[in-house]
Amino acid sequence: MAAPTIKPDITSDSTQAPVAARSGTGDTISRVLHARPKLRLAGLLALPLAWLGVLYIGSLILLFVTAFWTTDTFTSKVVPAFTLENFVEIVTVPAYQLTALRTIGIALAVTVLCAVLALPLGLYMAKVASPRMRAMLAIGITLPLWAGYLVKVFSWRITFMSGGPLDWLLAPFGLTGPGYGTAALIITLAYLWFPYMAVPVYSAFRQIPDNLFDASSDLGAKPWATVRTVAVPLLKPAFIAGSIFTFSLSLGDYIAAQFVGGKTQVIGTVIASNINLNPPLAAAFGTVPIVVVVLYLFLARKSGALKQL
Amino acid sequence: MRLSRSAKITLRIFAAAVMAAIYLPLLLVIVNSFNATTSGAFPITDFTTRWWEAAFTNEGVREALWTSLRVATVATVIALLLGAMIAFALSRYEFFGKNTVNLLVVLPIALPGIVTGVALNNTFKTVLEPLGIGLGLFSVIVGHATFCIVMVFNNVQARLGRMNRGLEEAAMDMGANVIRAFFTVTLPGFKSAFLAGGLLAFALSFDEIVVTTFTAPPGTETLPIWIFNNMARPNQAPVVNVIAAVLVLLSMIPVYLSQRMTGDDRK
Repeated sequence: MAAPTIKPDITSDSTQAPVAARSGTGDTISRVLHARPKLRLAGLLALPLAWLGVLYIGSLILLFVTAFWTTDTFTSKVVPAFTLENFVEIVTVPAYQLTALRTIGIALAVTVLCAVLALPLGLYMAKVASPRMRAMLAIGITLPLWAGYLVKVFSWRITFMSGGPLDWLLAPFGLTGPGYGTAALIITLAYLWFPYMAVPVYSAFRQIPDNLFDASSDLGAKPWATVRTVAVPLLKPAFIAGSIFTFSLSLGDYIAAQFVGGKTQVIGTVIASNINLNPPLAAAFGTVPIVVVVLYLFLARKSGALKQL
Repeated sequence: MRLSRSAKITLRIFAAAVMAAIYLPLLLVIVNSFNATTSGAFPITDFTTRWWEAAFTNEGVREALWTSLRVATVATVIALLLGAMIAFALSRYEFFGKNTVNLLVVLPIALPGIVTGVALNNTFKTVLEPLGIGLGLFSVIVGHATFCIVMVFNNVQARLGRMNRGLEEAAMDMGANVIRAFFTVTLPGFKSAFLAGGLLAFALSFDEIVVTTFTAPPGTETLPIWIFNNMARPNQAPVVNVIAAVLVLLSMIPVYLSQRMTGDDRK
């Protein structure tokens, strides 16, 4: 395309007569701007691009570069060099390997838990509940998003405390709560990110016409078979859209791990504990969530679900 | 769908259980803030308002709250300015690399917070500290503003897409210059979206912890950092509990307001 791609109409000069009549500085600036859409665009973009393009992207690139640097073991100073040592360390040291895999496993478990809870809830809200109940539940699932992140982590810290509410609740059944650990961490993360899964699944459920379900049962399918063969395939994009949030948010989280995870270490724990002692290793570890999230997004895009976002 | 009675009841019980799991922990925070013992043992036997008094006179909490408010305010102002500028650029102009700019705005919120935090920490320490700009309140604000921009951008861009550009042209045809047309016609048109985006940005900044831990120097505490630092200390835990309870109660305000504004849900 040879023509300039600037959209606004620059030929309209209807403003010129009145402007010429009483010309102030504002009018002069205005005239200059009006005649030059490229200048206006540059003016609009200069500051944001300096911030996001230079400062932010620059920082991400520098982070990636730092990952190839090394730390002087005596002075703890970062030494610019080129070494794959940090990455080799992540891949070969069993503790790091395990941490990376564990974190991905936790993020997947959180995603599955959210999806499993969102499906029946969405079914109830969209197809069984009265309109009033539906509206209340819709507010009910999004409301906790306003309560602070740490507040929610804290609430589960109280819940899982040994001798705390969960233990008390389970005591009559002869059970005790899981205590702080991986199970508590998965439940807490699922709690934190549940709205991101529940909302898209519920809205997708609402969009499925009732007669599809009727047709399915007319053909003899039991309700569960209908859900499995009719609803779930139609809900797939919603599940994937929700899973992007539940997965990626769980992957980067380490605060919850610190307060309800007991001794469970995640990628974030390793980054946080190395950021001052060994920045290059922290940087190398920081690339792990980026790579995993990008891979996940790529897979999601291939399935065509991103267009639903 | 034709569901049996028992299936419907099962689903109803399930929905009730999910709601209970969502709200009981939050309720627990409020109730537990009156728990006289610090061990967190349940059920609560002794109730006290001692922790509430302690929280209201706590210096650390006040300072942290003040820091949080300052950071969130400045970060929101930056986000409002930059977010609106990008929204205008993207919705009114066609240019090369438009999609890239769009991705650029969303990236800080799409990548895990820890990545943004570590990247900025690294830049401040290796590049900016030698230039005299080390970690401080400024770096916290930079970090917050970076992921707040998208909140304003999303809101303003959505509104601009629905606005009638003819009104602006009409104003200019009638003699208003670009600046005047902007303030009298364009700005009133997107003001509510602009403010809503600002509110979201403020809330996001006020609640942020991960980016803050990496961009704040030791000793600088926002409210979430204060909670973070004190949650595991047994003698401070009751005060943390009170702050958490206050935050739970405060979070009901926007919901109450939106309920009031829509109002007719009950009919």
